[in-house]
Amino acid sequence: MKEAAVLKNSYYDSVTLMSTTVQIKKDLNLDDLVMFMGTEMNKEMIQSVGLYQPILDSAQPNDLMLAISSSETIDDWVNKVIERLTSKKKKDTSGENRRYHTLHQAKEAMDANIAVISVPGIYAAHEAYKALDLNMHVMLFSDNVSVEDEIGLKDYALKKDLLVMGPDCGTAIINGKGLCFANQVKRGSIGLVAASGTGLQEVTVIIDRFGGGITQAIGVGGRDLSEAIGGRMMLKGIDALDQDESTQVIVLISKPPHQTVMEKMKARLKTITKPVVLCLLDAHDDEVIKNVYPTSTLTGAAVEALRLIGIQTPDLLTISPELNREINLHRNQFSPDQKAIKGLFCGGTLTAEALSILRPYTQGLTSNVAKKKEEKMSNPLISKGHNLVDLGDDIFTQGKPHPMIEPTIRLSRLLEEAKNKETAVILLDFELGLGSHDDPVGVTLDGIKEAQQLAKKQGRHLAFVGYVCGTEQDAQGLKYAEDRLRDSNVIVAKTNAQAAMIAAELIKEVA
Amino acid sequence: MMSIQKLFQENIQVVNIGSPSFKYDYEKQDVPYIHLEWAPPASGNLLILNQLNQLRTYKDQIDAANEKAVQKIKSAEGRLIAVKKAFDVIPNMSKNTILHAGPPIAFKDMAGPMKGAIIGALIYEGLARNEKEALNLAESGAIEFDSAHHHDAVGPMAGIISPSMPVHVIYDIVNRYYSYCTINEGLGKVLRYGANSEDVIKRLKWIEHTFAPVMNDALILSGGLDIKSIITQALHMGDECHNRNKASSALFLRDIAPFILQTSHDQTAKKEVLEFIKHNEHYFLNLSMPYCKVALDAAKNIPYSTVVIAMARNGVDFGIRLASSNRWYTAPANYVKGLMFPGFTENDAAPDIGDSAITETCGIGGFAMGGAPAIVQFVGGVVEQAFQYSKAMHEITAGKHQVFTLPPLDFMPTAVGIDVLKVLETGTLPIINTGMAHKEAGVGQVGAGLVNPPMACFEQALLDLTKHLKEEHA
Repeated sequence: MKEAAVLKNSYYDSVTLMSTTVQIKKDLNLDDLVMFMGTEMNKEMIQSVGLYQPILDSAQPNDLMLAISSSETIDDWVNKVIERLTSKKKKDTSGENRRYHTLHQAKEAMDANIAVISVPGIYAAHEAYKALDLNMHVMLFSDNVSVEDEIGLKDYALKKDLLVMGPDCGTAIINGKGLCFANQVKRGSIGLVAASGTGLQEVTVIIDRFGGGITQAIGVGGRDLSEAIGGRMMLKGIDALDQDESTQVIVLISKPPHQTVMEKMKARLKTITKPVVLCLLDAHDDEVIKNVYPTSTLTGAAVEALRLIGIQTPDLLTISPELNREINLHRNQFSPDQKAIKGLFCGGTLTAEALSILRPYTQGLTSNVAKKKEEKMSNPLISKGHNLVDLGDDIFTQGKPHPMIEPTIRLSRLLEEAKNKETAVILLDFELGLGSHDDPVGVTLDGIKEAQQLAKKQGRHLAFVGYVCGTEQDAQGLKYAEDRLRDSNVIVAKTNAQAAMIAAELIKEVA
Repeated sequence: MMSIQKLFQENIQVVNIGSPSFKYDYEKQDVPYIHLEWAPPASGNLLILNQLNQLRTYKDQIDAANEKAVQKIKSAEGRLIAVKKAFDVIPNMSKNTILHAGPPIAFKDMAGPMKGAIIGALIYEGLARNEKEALNLAESGAIEFDSAHHHDAVGPMAGIISPSMPVHVIYDIVNRYYSYCTINEGLGKVLRYGANSEDVIKRLKWIEHTFAPVMNDALILSGGLDIKSIITQALHMGDECHNRNKASSALFLRDIAPFILQTSHDQTAKKEVLEFIKHNEHYFLNLSMPYCKVALDAAKNIPYSTVVIAMARNGVDFGIRLASSNRWYTAPANYVKGLMFPGFTENDAAPDIGDSAITETCGIGGFAMGGAPAIVQFVGGVVEQAFQYSKAMHEITAGKHQVFTLPPLDFMPTAVGIDVLKVLETGTLPIINTGMAHKEAGVGQVGAGLVNPPMACFEQALLDLTKHLKEEHA
């Protein structure tokens, strides 16, 4: 059937008519439907599509013309069409939760002062530039940022007196708030600048453990003290903490910098009036600078900083008689073949610190974080002799999360080491705090138990040494973590360096 | 206070870009944060991203140039001062010149509607007696076809301007530029959609012989009409001055009517002119367009500027031009998505066509959709969506047009000065609110909706810009 109708004085906007035509046509199963106001032009239009009826002649511009064609008869079709035409549209509620797609939009909505960037490295520099454009400080968690971009970003930031923490910066604490991988530590008077994320975590955690507190912990990224980057952010960080009135003691943490950078740093340190603890991991420098306290371990850095604010700590790098008793209980159970320390680390800098501590006490010690050729593990996947393995190494993390986020990637290696006849000591670290796994100890306990039983079946005893890098304020809870390790017959150390010392002590007689 | 020391005194507020897992850490510590709905910049195109980053060297110059461009565009005070024959006023127009919309294109490559309109124009000019003669003439090479933009002119849809056609003459009293646009013929079978029947030619003749003299005399009596002021008011009355010109056309009629009545023309002519404007609710489109053209031309020749001063389509290609160069950057035009008139399907539509995207280039049209709720059905019938479009455009422009404001968005200024770099960086394309022409000549409008320029136009502009800057600084 083909029918038409005119509704007098029923003005509808042409857009409304057009937009509802398709739906109404579908709803009523019509072959065709036109809805138009009664202008001459619209009448022509209806003629051109072959739906015109004489009844439409009478239509005026303020009258609604309806015309349909349908294979079946539809009763009361006019009302059905009008009913649908006038029904209210559903309201879109997408505006409730505002979504932000650009930094610019976000900055307009909130006066943000820090951009935390963790996008893929190829895009990261671009986002960082945009953040600096908007006068925001940058925490650049992403890695794989080019050296050129790092220089460009840091120079631009310096021009604007902004921080670029990174690239590849895992940890910072600004105004007491942790960014990315950071622990909840008390606020206080020690300020830190570090080119190492876990190094920064370790030092702040030890400071907290012994009653100190921090002002700011600024990360600069692992490459900042290379020749190319020239310590741009390290030097800026020193200036910032020097100017900061709350900071009484400054701690600098890095692997040994390039010689040219070292000279720049020393030149700067000679002009500073605040005491500075200079922690160059695994390095020795004899130059004496007034007010500068050199150290080569993270524990040493924390202890020195605490001393400078008047807090004395127990001697963490000497084995106390009490600890020695605990060590002896394990040592006495080793069988003659059990000679080796197997360190399975989640934190890269903690691995490096353990290497520097254990070196004098061991022979043939190797690690995948070693810089010296003779200490380099030929294959991190193969365990032989004393090994300190950083499981955050790319070789373990291809397509997997970092072991600080997912410590279970360590479990299979743990069992392998337990089966190994030469294994005497297994050294483990556990990182608490923001960014890290919700319960790194909890997910490892079964593995420790299995390893202990496995060794026992084969007539051996394994000594486990564990260190938990965290504070009581961390969501995971330091005490809860340590207690469960002790319950599993794990010797629990107070610092990472102490854990290495305990391991050394465990193999002392048998080595 | 220096920035880092200031940071140490403040509460930190974070924008998180990347891993959403950090969100929980901010929440745990009561750190205010915004997590960005991040997508790779430049839509992940590393070549483009690399070029964008290379331009950072010139950032200060580019920023300053773009600010200047935006200032220039906003400063324009366009007055409608006359209606004159194209040949008499448009620069470099010969008796054999035919101007068309969009970037330059050879006759043989033109879209159906544009060819149809040219045939109509040649018949109207008396250069051909029928379609066949017109086609032969057009193909003979005796007619000089050129982009209207090259002659300070713009035209909707096919945008055909032939020498005898009367044009609105707009004069920018601040920057002293002129621009030109034909008289809008109304809807239905009209030349701009490629129709060239007898009725169409008859109407064009009427415009030339009756309408133009009356209107020109009225304009002389008026001393010139302030077009920017009408746009400003119309934006507060639900127009966006591209696809909805109801309020602006009414305002224009209100302003011009007394002067039309004061002219010495006979009553019939005056009545016809008033009726003609009254019945054409898109009359003002042919005034908003040349206003936008003259405003954007004020930003011509600003070195280093990455601001777009023209977006135009010829029915085949989409082209953009920058404030810093005279080149066109073109790519095949997209198809408009939207509502089809009854009896037509999307297969009937020609690709995006016409100079009318000059309105969006100037911050109105699609950019002002948030102030034109009556036409939001083009975007799916949801007013909120129109708001989002108008807001989103601020992410790709170098400035805000404080004179063009949108009441439903708390009088938010519209976004103006499309920045090629921001378009590429955000991957957000300008939104254009436009009509759809039938792909065959003479059928007319078949729908209306939304369309974007092709990203390739902006990519070409960037590559050309970096090349030139490098050469200059080599």
